Amino acid sequence: MSDPLIRVEGIAKRFAARDGSVSTVFENVHFPIEQGEFVCLIGHSGCGKTTILNILAGLEPASDGYVFVGGREIRGPSLDRAVIFQSHALMPWLTALGNIAFAVTSRWPEWDRARVRSHCQKYVDLVNLTGAERKRPAELSGGMKQRVGIARALAIQPKMLLMDEPFSALDALTRGMLQEEALRICAETRQTVFMITHDVDEAILLADKIVLMTNGPEAKIAEIVVNTLPRNRSRHSVHKEPHYYPIRNHLVDFLVSRSKQFNESLPAGYDPKHPPVVTPSLNEAVPAAPVPAPARPAEKAVVVNLRH
Amino acid sequence: MKGIQYWGAPLLSVVLLLAFLAIWHAGTRQEAGAQVVDAEYARLVGSAAATGQKSAFPAPADVGRKIWEHLADPFYDKGPNDKGIGIQLAYSIARVLAGYLLAALVAIPIGFLIGMSPLIYRAFDPFIQVLKPISPLAWMPLALFTLQDSGISAIFVIFICSMWPMLINTAFGVASVRREWLNVAKTLEVGPLRKAFRVILPAAAPTIMTGMRISIGIAWLVIVAAEMLVGGTGIGYFVWNEWNNLSIANIISGILAIGLVGMVLDQALARMTRLVTFPE
Repeated sequence: MSDPLIRVEGIAKRFAARDGSVSTVFENVHFPIEQGEFVCLIGHSGCGKTTILNILAGLEPASDGYVFVGGREIRGPSLDRAVIFQSHALMPWLTALGNIAFAVTSRWPEWDRARVRSHCQKYVDLVNLTGAERKRPAELSGGMKQRVGIARALAIQPKMLLMDEPFSALDALTRGMLQEEALRICAETRQTVFMITHDVDEAILLADKIVLMTNGPEAKIAEIVVNTLPRNRSRHSVHKEPHYYPIRNHLVDFLVSRSKQFNESLPAGYDPKHPPVVTPSLNEAVPAAPVPAPARPAEKAVVVNLRH
Repeated sequence: MKGIQYWGAPLLSVVLLLAFLAIWHAGTRQEAGAQVVDAEYARLVGSAAATGQKSAFPAPADVGRKIWEHLADPFYDKGPNDKGIGIQLAYSIARVLAGYLLAALVAIPIGFLIGMSPLIYRAFDPFIQVLKPISPLAWMPLALFTLQDSGISAIFVIFICSMWPMLINTAFGVASVRREWLNVAKTLEVGPLRKAFRVILPAAAPTIMTGMRISIGIAWLVIVAAEMLVGGTGIGYFVWNEWNNLSIANIISGILAIGLVGMVLDQALARMTRLVTFPE
């Protein structure tokens, strides 16, 4: 098995409390991200999702452990890992194009004006913002601002994208449209993506693998769910796929109950270095599932332990 | 209906002004009182003083005539104690701008450094807190002693009083640049100079400009007092000189000129502040 693009090895975040004791947000977090893969991290708020993303981005140091990108340890922020922030983080004194151009000239300082301009325009078109280049962020709607943020991140052609709940601040309609576009763009660019979300449907629509995190403090990676839906899924048809409900129910079950109990009763053979990889199958007896369960011995889920 | 909304306020302003002028006029009405002194002496001290009990305070019409005289010939120069009000204002504005620009050159870079580092912020803080509340005029004797020149001392006083609002606002503006913009700069591996000029400066510019606006207001307040003290030239000296001449009409013209110039300076800075302000 080839080395994954990203290896997260045993990272932890600890804070010294006022009384001198140490509180652990999460520890012993291991997971790989393969080249070209879309990985979602799901967990309740407070489990340290954003901290994990910031560590991957190089914006925050981990208290323990390492993150390797292409075999090299992360030592700080890098143009190879572009971040799409939850709050879009556009600079309000620059136009939409100016924001993208700022990133592009940071990446290629030697480029002349015309080259920067045409490069930016390509990404403005990619996120369907053509015509709004000259507008300032204050004149753009929430969805358009986030599109600029996405264009800014993609324009520097990073090795991977890090997204921190990029669509959570948007209304449901805009969110749906942008998710669809993210899906299209990632398919076109074969971008490696790590995204944080707390939206189960978003994860199923976008992700190839969904990393489940238990509740904090001392949060852990409970398991990694493989999304078995075909890759060319769309928002309109995804819920009609036979595997949709087993996966969805598995995720919702986890968030509603198992994420709390996981730390108290670790499953037998749980190894944080190799979190169990789960493929929720049709066999899960789920009343809401549109497909009747086949007459096979009912297994809860197929648990595979991937060793590399 | 739009008329009242649009014209209501300016109309009311005019009414208020007219009412003020009317009360002023009524209060200073000259009644031909009996002359109590010798005609020769009366010519010497002026008719108001000669009539004894009457107030020497000029009527609005007298002040109006004086202002008209000043406007008709603002730049005459008839020796050290008799210069046109335009020349005097020009001296004051030049002093204010010199001291103010010097202060901006010093305060904004230092404020930038202070704002960038919490350590330097805390180290500088006690000095700023002690120096800030000192009345600028208290520096005057020290400045006269060390600089040995009254003109330069006046500029120094402007410098020292314009300094603090600019310094404090720059430091505050730089220190409170939104974390997410700095994170964007970090993930784009933006160098320190580019970060300072392309991210921090535009983000802090509205706060810095607000500090500059406060400073120019203070500088204009202080120059009048400083010029009364050092004498020679300037609108402050003009007012004080006219007090010695007991020409109340000239004093009022001077006061009005001080107010108008102060307003223009403030509005100029307000306009510049709007230029660098960005809507969120």
